[in-house]
Amino acid sequence: MALEIQQYTHLIDQVNAQERVARLFSRSIKKESKMQALHLALSMIDLTTLEGKDSEGKVKQLCYKASHLHDKYPGLPNVAAICVYPNMVPIAKKSLDGTGINVASVATAFPSGMADIKAKLEEVKSVVDAGADEVDMVISRGKFLSGNYGYVSDEISQVKEACGKAHLKVILETGELVTLDNVRLASDIAMEAGADFIKTSTGKISPAATPPVVLTMLEAIRDFQTKTGKKIGMKPAGGIGTAKQAIQYLVMIKETLGSEWLSPDLFRFGASSLANDILMQIMKQTTGQYQSKDYFSID
Amino acid sequence: MKKVKTWEYSPAPESTDHIQLKDKYDLFINGEFVPSSDGKYFDTINPSNEKKIAEVAQAGKADVEKAVASARKAYDKTWSKMPAKERGKYIFRIARLLQERAREFSVIETLDGGKPIRESRDVDVPLAAAHFFYHAGWADKLEYAFPGRTAKPLGVVGQIIPWNFPLLMAAWKLAPALATGNTVVLKPAETTPLTAMKLAEIIQEADLPPGVVNIINGAGETGRHLVNHGDINKIAFTGSTDVGKYIMESVAGSGKKYTLELGGKAANIIFEDAAIDQAVEGIINAIFFNQGHVCCAGSRLYVQEGVAEEVIAKLQKRMDTLIVGDPLDKNTDIGAINSKMQLDKIKEYVKLGKNEGGTLYQTSCSLPKKGYWFAPTIFTDVSQSNRIVQEEIFGPVLAIQTFRTVDEVIAKANNSPYGLSGGVWTDKGSKIYKVSQDIRAGVIWANTFNKFDPASPFGGYKESGVGSEGGIEGLSGYVNLV
Repeated sequence: MALEIQQYTHLIDQVNAQERVARLFSRSIKKESKMQALHLALSMIDLTTLEGKDSEGKVKQLCYKASHLHDKYPGLPNVAAICVYPNMVPIAKKSLDGTGINVASVATAFPSGMADIKAKLEEVKSVVDAGADEVDMVISRGKFLSGNYGYVSDEISQVKEACGKAHLKVILETGELVTLDNVRLASDIAMEAGADFIKTSTGKISPAATPPVVLTMLEAIRDFQTKTGKKIGMKPAGGIGTAKQAIQYLVMIKETLGSEWLSPDLFRFGASSLANDILMQIMKQTTGQYQSKDYFSID
Repeated sequence: MKKVKTWEYSPAPESTDHIQLKDKYDLFINGEFVPSSDGKYFDTINPSNEKKIAEVAQAGKADVEKAVASARKAYDKTWSKMPAKERGKYIFRIARLLQERAREFSVIETLDGGKPIRESRDVDVPLAAAHFFYHAGWADKLEYAFPGRTAKPLGVVGQIIPWNFPLLMAAWKLAPALATGNTVVLKPAETTPLTAMKLAEIIQEADLPPGVVNIINGAGETGRHLVNHGDINKIAFTGSTDVGKYIMESVAGSGKKYTLELGGKAANIIFEDAAIDQAVEGIINAIFFNQGHVCCAGSRLYVQEGVAEEVIAKLQKRMDTLIVGDPLDKNTDIGAINSKMQLDKIKEYVKLGKNEGGTLYQTSCSLPKKGYWFAPTIFTDVSQSNRIVQEEIFGPVLAIQTFRTVDEVIAKANNSPYGLSGGVWTDKGSKIYKVSQDIRAGVIWANTFNKFDPASPFGGYKESGVGSEGGIEGLSGYVNLV
C-alpha cells in the first residue's frame, strides 16, 4: 500500500495552473480553424438531460435533435451521445436506433453516490441490460475525502466489471473534492481502477467543470498514457454553455494531450445548451450575421 | 460524421493598419525633432523578415553636446524649479497617453524588435505605463520615501538602454529620473529605436517642458560620447557586462554617479517536491520568454535527481508545442532573434555546447526562411565547467544539470560571476526561505518566474550590476540625500 500511495503523489500548484489556463485560453482561433473547431465540438457533445421532471416526451425530442441539429444547414455532424437517467435508457435506445449515436446513462446512485455497492452494481447492470452504451458513474466522495482511497478504487473496479462492454465514465465531482491535488489523485485512482473516461462533474454541484480542474485531469491522462500506454478519455461537464468555452477547451486538449484526443472517442462535452450556441456561431461564420435564438430549436 | 484529422490554428495576425510610422526619424532634442548635425542616418529593420522599417538619425558628438546642453538648460531653468506636484502631473500624462496608444506601441515594438505581439501587448507596454504611473505618484511624496532627509535631484542624467525591452527599459529609466527632478538624455539601442521615438512624440504631446527629455539614437560611439560628457551627473545603463565595465572605468574619478543593470545567468532550481507540471511551465517561461533575450532569464536549470528524467521528458514535450514564427501573430509564443549579430552569437554558443560534449535537444518547428530565427534549445550532460553554463548566451538556450542536496545546488547556483535573479520550485516553504537567503542574487522567484512590478526593486550582485531600479531603492539612485 505504501508503494501505491507514493505512486499517486503528484502536486498541483493552483496559482500556476490558473496562469497556464489563462495563457491557453488567450489563443486566437479564427476563420477556418474556428469553423473546424465548431464542427468538432458539436460531434463531441453528450446531449444531456438529467432532471427529476424529465419525461419520455422530452427524451424523445432530445434524441431527435441529436441527429437533426439544424436541418436548414446540411453537413452538420451528430452529437456523440445522449445522456439520461437510468429509467430513460429504453426510450432513448429506441429513439436513437440506427443513428449511430450512443446512449449514456448515469448510474451508481447519481448524483450523490450515497448507496451501498450492491445497489450500485445492480443499477449498472440494469442500465447496461437496457442497452446503455456508456455508463457515467459517480465516485464515493465521502470515502475519498476520508482518505479511504482503497474503497474508491475497488468500487470503480467493480462497476467497470459490471459494465461489461459498455464504456465507463467516472465522475469525480471535483466541486466536492475542492483542491487540485485531490482532483489529480482521484483522476489517478479512477484510471488505475479501469475508467475509460474521467469526467469532472454531475452538473448538480457548483463549481462544476472549471478550467484548472480540466487542465489537471488532462495532465493526469497524459501522464497515465506515458506510464501505461493507455489512452483515457476526458469529459468536462457542467457550466460549458458557449462555443467560445468549447473552443478554449479544444485548445487545452490540443496543447496538453495532442491532436489524437481531438475526437469524440476520447473527448466529450457534457452539456445541454452548448449545441445551440455552437450552431449560432456556425451560422454567424457562414452568413456573417448573428441570428436570433428563436431560429434554433430548443429540444 | 466529419472527422478532423489535425486541427491547426489559422494565422491570426494583429493588424498594422492603425499604426503611424514615419519613414525617417530625427533626434529629439529640446522638445523638437531635429536632424543629426552631420546628416547621418541608419536603417532600422524588422528582424523577422529583414525589411527596412525606417531611417533613424545617428547622433554624433555635436548632437550629444546639444542634447546635454538642452537637458542642462531645462534642469536649471524649469524642471528643478517646478513644484514636485506639477512634475508628477506631467508623468501621469505620459502614462495615460501611453495607455491610450498601447495597441500602436505593441505593434511597433514587435515590428522593430521581433518579440511576439502577445508579449509586447501583455507585458512590455502595460508594464511601461505602470512604471510611469507608479513614479508619477512618488514625485511629490519623496519626503515619505526618505523620511527625515531631503532628496535633491542629481541634475542631468545620461541613460543608455538595451534592445530586449526597448520601451519598458525607457520607462524604467525615464520615470524615476523625472519623478525625482532630473533631466535626461536617453539613448535607445541601435536595433530598436522606434518605440522610444514614438515615446518622444507622446512626451511632446504631453507638453513636457523642452529639454527635460532628449532622445538620441546611435550605436556604441554615441553612447561613448554620452558617458564621457563632462556635464553629465549620472549614467544609468542597462546592457552587457563588458560595456558596464567600460562605463565604470570611464566615470571613475569623475564624480558621476552610475547604476548598472548588466548580464545574468540565473539558476532555476526544481526540487523533487515541486508541482512538476507547473514547474515545467516555469522553466519554459524562465528561458523562452522574449526568445531568451532577458538578463534575468533562468538559463541554468538545476533539477533534483529523483525527478530529472520526468522533468526533462515533460519539458521536451512542452517545447514541441511552442509556436515559433510571425511575431505579429497573436498565437506566436517565440518570435524572431533581435539581430543578425545576436543570432550569430547564439549559434556560436550552441556549437560550443556541442563541442563541449553537451547533449542537444531542439524542437523540430519549421523556421521562416527570411529573418533571424533560432529554435528553442536545451542542453543536458553539461557541467559547471562548460562555457555554456558559465556565460550569458542571451538566447533560447538552456543548460540543464541535476543535483542531490540543497547545499549542493546552492553552491552551484552561486558558482557564477553573475547574481541577478534565480528561481526555486518546491511545495515546501522552509526550503524556499533557505534557498532564497543563501543565493546571492537580486531577486529570487519562488514557484514563479519573470514577475515584475514597478514597486519591486530589481538589481544584481557581482557582475550583474550596481544599484537597483524600481521601488524606493530605484528612486534613491536618482537623488542626493541631504
